Amino acid sequence: MNNLAALPAWAALITAFLVLLGAGLALIGNIGLIRFASFYERVHAPTLGATLGMLSILAASIVCFSALQTRPVVHEILIGVFVTVTTPVTLMLLVQATLYRDRLEEKDPLEKRAAGDTAA
Amino acid sequence: MSAAILGWSLLLAQIFLALAMAIAAWRIMRGPRAQDRVLAMDALYVNGMLLLLVLGIGTGRTLYFEISLAIGLLGFVATVALAKFLMRGEVIE
Amino acid sequence: MRRLLPYPPISLLLLVMWLILNQSVSPGQVLIGGICALLGPLVLTRLDVPQLTIRKPWAILRLLGRMAVDIVRSNKNVARLILKPKLERRAGFVAIPLAIRSPYGHAALACILTATPGTAWVSLDPADGTLIIHVLDLYDEDDWGAIVKTRYEELLMEIFE
Repeated sequence: MNNLAALPAWAALITAFLVLLGAGLALIGNIGLIRFASFYERVHAPTLGATLGMLSILAASIVCFSALQTRPVVHEILIGVFVTVTTPVTLMLLVQATLYRDRLEEKDPLEKRAAGDTAA
Repeated sequence: MSAAILGWSLLLAQIFLALAMAIAAWRIMRGPRAQDRVLAMDALYVNGMLLLLVLGIGTGRTLYFEISLAIGLLGFVATVALAKFLMRGEVIE
Repeated sequence: MRRLLPYPPISLLLLVMWLILNQSVSPGQVLIGGICALLGPLVLTRLDVPQLTIRKPWAILRLLGRMAVDIVRSNKNVARLILKPKLERRAGFVAIPLAIRSPYGHAALACILTATPGTAWVSLDPADGTLIIHVLDLYDEDDWGAIVKTRYEELLMEIFE
């Protein structure tokens, strides 16, 4: 980690905070993957890491590298755009696939809703 | 002083992300159904991508960014293909 | 002109992406990027993509601002929900009748709803525009419909219709 010694104190502290925030959010999201009981609840959990978690780690990397001036800081934006555009597509397709499979087994979660059970 | 704080927080962040990946791997093994496994795999590659970004900050190499970009794109395609497979039983119709 | 450049915004995006990926604006890279920008959209003409019309470009900035606020807030809420020692099961489905008809509006709404943790897009009935979303912390069903309609649908209709 010798290259980080050249980083000014304010940039180092901001980077440290943002990295910890992002990693913490990703961890919390995956804990939700364990704790929630049904698939439809679990879908929400990993989005923590994929939205704010990813954005804060990208911001940390932007702060770090623009303070060091080792290279232009545009790569991160590209990753951010790709992930924000692709995550909804994957999650939507997964939810649709699950709904389809549940309906095939005649366990339609949407019918349960009509029957008054909202805990699906 | 601040460099030491940054070093420790990068280490801690790597531990967090490794734990998150372990949890996702547990969910992949545990299931119970195919869609749970695919969802956990999606979470696994997002966390792997974040771990590579943190490594990139730690070492200052551009190489890690390209790897994480590639992981992001490949993971997206993989998850979409698997979701499609769950829905129809075939990937390309 | 229309045959050569069927989708100018997409061509521009491809060129910019190429230059960012290579981190240079040297003439050689601009040339290769330009070739990509010319050839890429030709694939799209096979797909018969509906024409995109944006009425108010500046409203997009307002939309992004609202999204940023909501992403931070819902991240906080969902994180608190996950870390609670005892999980309350209040998740459920909500049906919302949508008035917006533009396919791009639907796509944007899908991205927004999925990008904010705590809400997930389930399905949309194309015939009558009934949207079903899954909400993690459902306290009031009518409330959620009102949030989606006033915070996002109105703004999206301003932009796309």
